[in-house]
Order: sequence, then C-alpha cells, then structure tokens
Amino acid sequence: MDNNRQQWGSRYGFILAAVGSAVGLGNIWRFPAVAYENGGGAFFIPYLFALLTAGIPILIMEFTIGHKYRGSSPLSLFRMNKKAEWLGWWQVLIAFVISTYYSIIIAWAVKYTVYSFGTQWGKDPGGFLFGSVLKLADKPGEIGSLVPGILIPLIIVWGITLLVLYRGVSKGIEKLNRIFLPALVIMFTIIVIRALTLDGAVEGLNAFFKPNWDLILDGKVWVAAYGQIFFSLSIAFAIMITYSSYLPKKSDINNNAFITAFANSGFELLAGIGVFAALGFMAKQQGVAVDEVVSSGIGLAFVVFPSIINEFPGMNGFFGGLFFLSLVFAGMTSLISIVETYVAAVQEKFQISRTKAVLAGGLVASVISLLFATNGGLYLLDVVDYFINNFGITLAGLVEVVLVSWFFKELGGLQKHANDISDLRTGTWWKFCLSFITPLVLGYMMFDNIRQNLKENYESYPAELIMYAGVFVAIAVIIGGILLSVKRWKSSQM
Amino acid sequence: MSGSAITMMIVGMVIIWGGLAASIYNVVRVSKKSS
Repeated sequence: MDNNRQQWGSRYGFILAAVGSAVGLGNIWRFPAVAYENGGGAFFIPYLFALLTAGIPILIMEFTIGHKYRGSSPLSLFRMNKKAEWLGWWQVLIAFVISTYYSIIIAWAVKYTVYSFGTQWGKDPGGFLFGSVLKLADKPGEIGSLVPGILIPLIIVWGITLLVLYRGVSKGIEKLNRIFLPALVIMFTIIVIRALTLDGAVEGLNAFFKPNWDLILDGKVWVAAYGQIFFSLSIAFAIMITYSSYLPKKSDINNNAFITAFANSGFELLAGIGVFAALGFMAKQQGVAVDEVVSSGIGLAFVVFPSIINEFPGMNGFFGGLFFLSLVFAGMTSLISIVETYVAAVQEKFQISRTKAVLAGGLVASVISLLFATNGGLYLLDVVDYFINNFGITLAGLVEVVLVSWFFKELGGLQKHANDISDLRTGTWWKFCLSFITPLVLGYMMFDNIRQNLKENYESYPAELIMYAGVFVAIAVIIGGILLSVKRWKSSQM
Repeated sequence: MSGSAITMMIVGMVIIWGGLAASIYNVVRVSKKSS
C-alpha cells in the first residue's frame, strides 16, 4: 500500500474537514422544516435514535474502511473485497453528479451575498429569483439557453474548489476548513442571536420545539428521521471513506465519528433555532400563524429569507450578507469533499498526477454544471437531486451496509481495527445496528420511494423529464460504476 | 413558549450539544493522559 499517501496535518484538521463535509446547505434549509413537519420537539426522539443506530455506526464503518485500506472509495472497497470495487465507483459517480448541481446553488448564494447590500431583490424576492436571476423557463422540461449572470460566480466557485484540491489534503482542504468552518459557526451564531432578539421569535421557537407526541407513532416520522440523518452526514457516497484514508496509521476512529456526528447535529439544531426564530418574526410582521410561513429548500433560502431580511429593523444588508455568506461557506466545504472523491479515485485508478486528476475531473464537472445554469436548470436540478438522493445515495447505502455485513462479513474485522486504535470502543450494538436496523430502515425507505414514484411522477413533472434527468441518471451511475471496475489496478496497489 | 416546548428545547440542546462537548472532552482527557 502507498506509504507516500497524503495525510491530514492533525486530528483537528481531519475532524474539521469531516464536519465541514457534513455541514452543508441541507443543515440550514432542510432540517428545520423536516423537524417541524414531523412532530416538532417530539422529532428529537426518532432523530437521536437514528443518529445512534444508523448515522454514527455507518460513519464509524466508513471511517474504518478508509483508514484500514488507505485508498479512495473504489480502491478501499476493492482491497476489502475484490467484488466490491463497483460499489466504490457507483458512490464516486453519485458524488460527481451531485457536484455538478451543488456548485450552481453555491454560485446563487455568492450572487445573493452581493445582492444583500442594498437588498437588491426588492419587494418581490420570488419574482426576482425566478424572473431576474434564474430567468426560469415557463415549463419544466424546457432547457432554453444559458443564463449569463451565473457564469462569473460559477467560475469563482469552481476556481476556488479546484485550487484548494490542487494544493492537496493538508495545504488545501485542511487549511480551507480551518478558516471556513469556525467562520461559518461564528457568522451563523451572530445571525441566530439577532433572530432571537426579533419580535415574534418566541412564537417561532414555540412552533419548532412544541412536541406533537401523536406523530411519534407514525412510521413516516421515523423514516423522515433516518432520511435526515442519512442525507445530512455525507455518508454512502464515498466522502468519508476518502477523507479517512488520509489519516495517519495511529488515529482514533470511533471518537472522531462521534464528534463529527454530534457537531453536524449541533449545527442543525442551531440552524433550526435561527430559522424558526426568523420565521416567527416574519409571521408576526404578516399577522399570520407560523405554520403559514414555514418553508424549506431553495424557496426558504432565496425567497423567504430575503423577505425576512427586508423586514429587519436595521442593518438589513449586513445580516443578509452574513446569511448568504454562511450558505457559501457551508456549501464550499461540502463541495470540496464531494469533488475530492473523484479526484482521488481517478488519480489512483489511472495513475495520473493530482494536478491532472483535478483538472480532468473538475473541468468535466464544471462544464456539465452549465446545464443547471440554463433557463430550465432549476427543474432539471430538482429532478436530478431527488433521484440521485433517493435512488442513488439511499440505494448505495443499503447495498454497502448489506454487502459489508452479510456478504463480505467484514464487520468483525472492521470493528477490531477501529477498537484497537480508538479511545472509545464499540460493542455488539454497532454490529447489530449495521446488520439489522440500518438495512431494515434503508430497505423500507427504498420500497417506499419506489412505491411512491410508481404511483405518480415526482412533483408531477412530465414523464420525459423524469426519465432523462431522473431514471436515466440513477441507472447510468450504476452502469458506470460497473464499467469503471473492469480496468485492473496496478499490482502494487492491490 | 409553552412548558413542553421549553422542555424539548433544553433536552435537545443538552443531548446534542452536550454529546458534542463530551466527545471533545474525551479527546482532551485522553491526550492529556498520554502526554
């Protein structure tokens, strides 16, 4: 195995990078609404259960695979079992697809950071977003043409990403995370404190934290909790295997996984408090109940939050700038980890330099990301994101856990490897969670996804759009994974 | 805020932020022990 492999400069650097990867746009715009809609304060019960029985166990498993086998996801999985390489490539291709549209969203956040000064979105943020910024096509399925206004921010996003990756693990990725992650926490804390002092914040917090115990008995709430943990922790798409492969031989695994998971959840909780305090303020301004203003996703970030910032009693531009810059920082630390998965994989498989791997992977991804910068880009993004998450990450995660636990029977070896070098030792609960609980929950999630999508098209989009942007992409990454595993590794890498 | 909302807010903060603090404390404790 490669003794010259790049390494993190310190344990702190690795943890910051892993947390930076996990903490992303979804922590800010997905978690608060998911928690609210699935029982409010009561949601903490299934959420914590999912964290302890799926999130942390899978994180430990992936950290251990990367650390033990010391390669990118395809190489680590190949070294674990020769029949597993295709899974690693499948995960890497999922990451590749995600990077193409994630970069676009960060580019929007860059634009909005600038728009914050003078609240340039005006009195109708929705019209501004869909009309002026995105120039959204009339109908889903229409591509239209490139929207030039997004090009410069997109070049900035890809430029920084590729430069950081070119500089390597400790001088690039670690250094960026050492700056961006503490800065993100500070900026977002300032926003949360300001939001808490606004009129109506208490009503917002009450709506968020008030427990609806009846919902706890509803299976969909538990599925939502597992889904949130799964998508939030950057697991099952090659990132954590790749990042942990750069750890020195004597490194803690288990405690690092606990820190990463709790830090990610800690930031989500902070985001929930801030978002709902702000929504409470907005509801008060409009004279409506909080549940009438709750939203999530791109709408929350680029329509609702600008509306909230418009109503701020003062320093609108400053707080708007802080909010969108927080999105940029959270997005960039995640994007860098996503792109690193395929830079590392391509570098190792094709025996090329890091520079060539960064340029090749980055250039191809950045050109493809232009598809999402067209008039129809938002519709395309919505479909690709839905399918790659629900039929890519979820399915790859299920396959990974089942293969490792039941077919390759690697859990014992992985557990011994992690426990021998970690401050905390895992017991039988870890193997039980990965062998039974996680596969059952992920299996049910897949079954439910398939059932729902056979019943009706996602968001009632046209069948053609669903087929080429959803189904085709989800199948193509599996086939691509199998094809990439055909080429043999050099004997020195085996 | 209602009593139940305050309770769940505190429970969430203690478990999640407390869990984070405990894991970080464990790192510091082990590194002091080994040095």
